[in-house]
This record gives sequence, structure tokens and C-alpha cells, in this order.
Amino acid sequence: MNKALLGLILGGILGAFDGLSAWFYPEVRNRLLGIVVGSTVKGLIAGILIGFFARKVKSLPLGVVFGLGIGLLLAYGVAAMQPPGQHYYFAIMLPGGIVGTITGYATQRFGQPTTRLRSSKV
Amino acid sequence: MTWLDDSALERLRQAADSPDLEGTRYRLIDKLGEGGMGGVFRVEDRVLEREVALKVIGVSDPDGVLAIRLLQEARVIAKLEHPGIVPVHDAGALPDGRPYYTMKFVQGKRLDEHAKDVKGLSDRLRIFLRICDTVAFAHSHHVLHRDLTPANVMVGPFGEVLLMDWGLSKLLYGSAVRKVADPEASNSREFAGALTTAHGSVLGTPGYMAPEQSRGDSLVDQRADIYSLGAILEFLLTDATSVPRPLAAIQRQAMAEEPAQRYQNVPDLAADVARFLDGVAVSAYPEGLPARFWRWIGRNRAWIALLLAYLVTRALLIFLRPR
Repeated sequence: MNKALLGLILGGILGAFDGLSAWFYPEVRNRLLGIVVGSTVKGLIAGILIGFFARKVKSLPLGVVFGLGIGLLLAYGVAAMQPPGQHYYFAIMLPGGIVGTITGYATQRFGQPTTRLRSSKV
Repeated sequence: MTWLDDSALERLRQAADSPDLEGTRYRLIDKLGEGGMGGVFRVEDRVLEREVALKVIGVSDPDGVLAIRLLQEARVIAKLEHPGIVPVHDAGALPDGRPYYTMKFVQGKRLDEHAKDVKGLSDRLRIFLRICDTVAFAHSHHVLHRDLTPANVMVGPFGEVLLMDWGLSKLLYGSAVRKVADPEASNSREFAGALTTAHGSVLGTPGYMAPEQSRGDSLVDQRADIYSLGAILEFLLTDATSVPRPLAAIQRQAMAEEPAQRYQNVPDLAADVARFLDGVAVSAYPEGLPARFWRWIGRNRAWIALLLAYLVTRALLIFLRPR
């Protein structure tokens, strides 16, 4: 599996899982499906960006920092889109950053750096 | 009558042992070493303008056994094309009739000397795995080395690991002889015959020889080399402050007294060492469930830390949220 695909799948799964945590918040439980879909899409976007970064840059520390940065950035965007007074920046960005870090770590450790092999000419 | 003193005699002996390269393409530079069979010299190949190593038997070989053995060694090495085996360039006979062969001149250190410069256990084990790789290749071509010692392993300046001195190598019987010995060579029968060792003759290095090889058993097989590999592993672990128990178990199994108790082939031994390097359980050292669990924790601590960080953060955010 190449790194971009790994990032996409892992980002999607972790995003969905993160979205499901909304079930523990009774005040938004009626919007659970929308939150899960939104969180999954956010995870997919973060995952593919982190995966592509891992294909280009082979460095565990840089991959982790990039993952953290992307996770925080996208989570900030989600928090900023909430209605006034319900941004919950800390509560949204902190888990988002950790999820991005996990994806960054995974894409650096695992997955193939390229998708296809080129045959050599003699 | 004037008696020659010892030093004069020694000089004469050296002069007599030095190969007479007159009329060949080689020019003698200096002597690299001396073995039981003869000497190895650094010579210049005047045609290709490069330095090569020339191995030639000593002057005393009345029954021609050493000559056959040298030819056998050259042919075995020539058949075994592998990065871990020094390539043979040429073979022939000197003007005085002694057979020789030339091979790549390797500039490096013997493992027994090089090991002093390698402090890390994992680096030493990686060298060991390279040796295993070469021996496994030879076994796959039905060739036993039979003299695996740290002194017969050369480590080059770029980390290349080369297995030297195939003078005691032995072909396994049956199809193996046909595979390695050239069937079209006029003296292939003589060659194959020279590869067998008479029952009762002991060839090898004490301390590295398998018990059955020390006894002179004629039926030694690849497990004798596995014993020697275990002895090399033991050598590499000698000055380690503490030898991990799984690694000690691997070494003990490789050096088991009975061949049936050892690893049955080199890839199995190498796989166990590689598993140790990867931090997973080795077959030579059965572990209980708790030990496996803690090993798994140790191998996946980064994952576990990240997931725990996420779960703890999520839990704190849920339970400490303003209501």
C-alpha cells in the first residue's frame, strides 16, 4: 500500500472515530451523523495531504510535525465554522492535532514510498 | 665447511617459497600471509595493471595432494559467484610447476581484528548475518566451507564481508558433485575425488570445528558449518557486557553437540538472529505470555503512547467539559 493511500484510509478511520466521540456530548448528539461525516472528510483530506508529504519527505520527525500541523489547521477550520460562542477551539483542535500526529507517524513508518516501479532499459 | 646460521636459513627458505613468476603476467610485490597449504602474495597483473592476490602451494608437496586441493579451492570459489566470496581471476601453473590461482586483492581486516572496532551488538550481528548469507549461498551450491573462523572472514573498508580460505571446502556427494565440478573438464573425476576427505583425517580449526568434524567423521554435512557459525557468534559476543538470553540461546542451539539438535540449515539460524535484531521472539528461546506481552509493548510503545494520548485527551475533554 502506498503512503498516500495509507494516509487516506487511516485519516478516514481516525476521523470517523473522532467524530463518533460527539455521542458523549448530549447537546450535539442529534447532529451525530453530520459530525461523523464532516470529521471523516476532514480526516480523509488530512490523511491524503500527510500521505503525499510522506512520499516526498522521508523523515519521522518532520512527518510527525507535518501531521500535527495539518491536524491542527483543519481542526481550526472546523472549529471556526461553528456558530458564534460554540467554537470550542481547544476541544476540537487538541484531538485533531493528535490524530494528525498519529497519521504522520504511521505514513512515515509504513507504506510504500512510490506507487509503481519503472523498468530499467539496458 | 661453513654452517649457515638460522637467519640465513630462514631467508633461504623464504626465497625458496617465494613464487617464481618469471615468464608470467605477474610481478611479485610482497607476501600477504601464510597458510597450511602455502602462501598468499600480493602481485601486480602487468597486463591489466592492477594488484591481485596470488595463492600458491608451498614447495613441499611430494604426493601432489596440496596441488589438487588448491585447484579444488580455485574451482569452488570460481563456481560460487557471490558478493561475499572473493572472485578468482586466473589459475595456472608457475614455471616451477606449482599450481597457483589469483583472486581479487582485498584490503581489509580479518574479523578477529575488525571486531575490536565494532562496539555495537547490532552492528556485529549484521556482520554475522552477512557471513550467514554467504555460507547459505555456498550450501545451496552443495559446498561446505569447513573452516569458518573469524580469521577467515575479511571485512573491507566499505563494510563488505568476505569469506576467505576455501581450502578445506567440501562438496556434498551425489548430484552436488556434478553441479559444481565441471563435467566437461578432463580431470573432473580427479577433482571430485580430491574433494572427499578420507575417514579419520581431521581438517579445521580447533574451537570452531564441529565435534563430528573433530572426530574425523566422513559424513559431516552443513550442520558442521552451522556449529562453526555458532562459534563465530560466540566470538562476536565475547566482550559484550551482557548477552541477551535469546541471543545466547541461538548461539547454544547453533553449537549443540548433536547435529540434530542444531539449526538444520543456515537460513533458519540467520532468521532467528534477524528476529532478535527486529525485537521479536526467536525460535531458540521459547517465551511465556507475559514476556511476549512486554516485548510487544516495547516494540509498539510509540503507537501505544499516541493512542493513549488521544484517548486520555478525549476522555478529559468529555468529563471536564462545562455543563
